[in-house]
Amino acid sequence: MSSRIKIKVRNLNFFYGKKQALKEINMDIYENQVTALIGPSGCGKSTFIRLFNRMNELIPHTSQNGEILLDGKDIFGPGVDVVDIRRRVGMVFQKPNPFPKSIFDNLAYGLRINGMRDRQEIRRRVEESLKDAALWGEVHERLHESALSLSGGQQQRLCIARCLAVKPDIILFDEPCASLDPISTRKIEELIEELKKDYTIVIVTHNMQQAARVSQHTAFMYLGEMIEYAPTDELFTVPKNKMTEDYLSGKFG
Amino acid sequence: MNKKVTQNIGFGTLFLCIAITLFFLGSIIYFIVARGFKVLSWEFLTSVPKEAMTAGGVGPAIVGTVFLVIGAIVFALPLGVASAIYLTEYSPKSFIVNIIRMSINNLAGVPSVVFGLFGFGIFVKFFGFGVSALSGSLTLGILVLPQIISATQEALIAVPQSYREASLAVGATHWQTIKNIVLPSASPGILTGVILSIGRVAGETAPILFTAATFYTRGFPKSFFSEVMALPYHIYALMTEGTHPEQQTQIAYGCALILLILVLSISAAAIIIRQRQRGAAEA
Repeated sequence: MSSRIKIKVRNLNFFYGKKQALKEINMDIYENQVTALIGPSGCGKSTFIRLFNRMNELIPHTSQNGEILLDGKDIFGPGVDVVDIRRRVGMVFQKPNPFPKSIFDNLAYGLRINGMRDRQEIRRRVEESLKDAALWGEVHERLHESALSLSGGQQQRLCIARCLAVKPDIILFDEPCASLDPISTRKIEELIEELKKDYTIVIVTHNMQQAARVSQHTAFMYLGEMIEYAPTDELFTVPKNKMTEDYLSGKFG
Repeated sequence: MNKKVTQNIGFGTLFLCIAITLFFLGSIIYFIVARGFKVLSWEFLTSVPKEAMTAGGVGPAIVGTVFLVIGAIVFALPLGVASAIYLTEYSPKSFIVNIIRMSINNLAGVPSVVFGLFGFGIFVKFFGFGVSALSGSLTLGILVLPQIISATQEALIAVPQSYREASLAVGATHWQTIKNIVLPSASPGILTGVILSIGRVAGETAPILFTAATFYTRGFPKSFFSEVMALPYHIYALMTEGTHPEQQTQIAYGCALILLILVLSISAAAIIIRQRQRGAAEA
C-alpha cells in the first residue's frame, strides 16, 4: 500500500493538568485510506483524535508538545488559524449531535458561516452532501423539518453530511456507531468505505470487527501509548506485540 | 410503623403543605379581585386622579409603570445578557472571575431600598437626570441585572456542549457559535429570567421612591425625563397620605388589581413567545 502520507504525528505528548494522557506518539496517516484506532476505554484514543482538529483546546488546563503535520505543516505552529484547521479536518462525534434546526439549516450552517451567500449554491451543496451521505432519498421531501425528528442512524448520517458540506480533507470519526443499532451501523460503515475515495479518514472504535471491516491501517493504543501500528490485515492476523495479541483475543480490555 | 402508613403520612403532609400554599395564593387573588373589581371602569383606567386622590382614575400611574418596566428591561437585558455571555463563554475560569460571579450573586441579595438610594445619588444627582422615569428605569434595571445575568448564565450552561463542538467542528468561530447556535438554544431560558424581572420591576416600590415616582401628576408622562406616577407607589401613597381612607383604600385595591393584571399579561405574552421559540426549535 503505497499512498501519500497526509498526516504525520511526531513525538506527541498530551496532558490533562499534570496527568499525561498520551505518550510519545509517532504515526503516519495515509491519504484516501481509513485508519482505525482501537484500544480499551480510557487508553487515549478519543483524546488523540480530538487533537487533529484541536478540539481539546476547549478543555481547560490541557497542554501538549510534539507535532501534528498536516500536509507537512504543523497544526499547532504559530500563525495557524484554528478555525481553518477545523474546517479542513471535519469531525463526526460519538453521539449524533444535530443542531435543533431544520435538516436543511443543519447543512447550510457550515456553508453560511464560511461565507457562502449564494442561495442557489447553498441549495446545491446541501443536496450534494446529503446524497454523498446516503441520506437524500430519505429526507429530500422534508428538508425543512427539524433534524431532531430523524432516527438516531439518520441523525448520524446527517452529521456526516454536515461535515461533508464544508468540504474537509480529513474526516475524524469518534466512535460514530457507539449509540446506533446494527443496521444503522452497517449503513455508516458502507458510507465510510465510499467516502475514503475522496477523504482521508481516521476512526476511533470500540469494536474490533468494525476496525477490521472498514480500515486499511489499525493502531492499537493502551494507557496513552501506541503499542502497535500496522496494516489492518497484518495487525489482526500476525500481531507483533504480545499485548496487541492479548487484546485482540479478548484477554483484557 | 408499617411502611405504607409512613408513606401515607408523608403524602398527607405534602398535600397539606400545598393546600396551605394554594389557600394563601387563592385568598390573595380573591381579596384583590373582589375588592378591586368594584372600582374598575374605563374611566378608572384612563383618567387622572381627582379631588385629592379620592376619585378619578389612575391612568398616569399605569402609563408610568409601563414606562419604568420598558426602560428597565431595555437597559438591563442587553447589558445582562452580554455580561453573562462574557462570564460563561469567554472569561477564563480564574479567581477574579469567580469573585465577579460571587459579587453579582450578592448584588441580588441587596435590599431594594439601597438600590433606590444609590440610584438617587448617581442618576438623580450625579448625572442630573432628576427625579424622572429615566432615573427610575436605570435604578430598576440595575436592581434586576443580577437576576438577568444569573438566568442567562444558567440558560447558557444548559446548552449541550455537543452543540458547541459541532459548530466549531465545521469551522465556525467562537463568536459565530455563540450567536447562531448557543444563544438561540438558550433564549427560552433567558426569556424566563426576563419574565421574572418584569414582575419584579413592575412591583418594586423602594427603588423608585426617590428616583422616579411622585404621588400626583396633572396629566400623563410626556417623556422619560418627566417624573411619573407608578402603581406600586400610588398604592403606598393612597394608604399613607390623604384624609379619606375610605375611598382611598378602594382605589388602592383597584391599583393592586391592575398591577396584577399587568404583570400577568406581560408574563403570559413572554410565555407565549417562549413556547413559540421552543416549538420552532423542535418542529
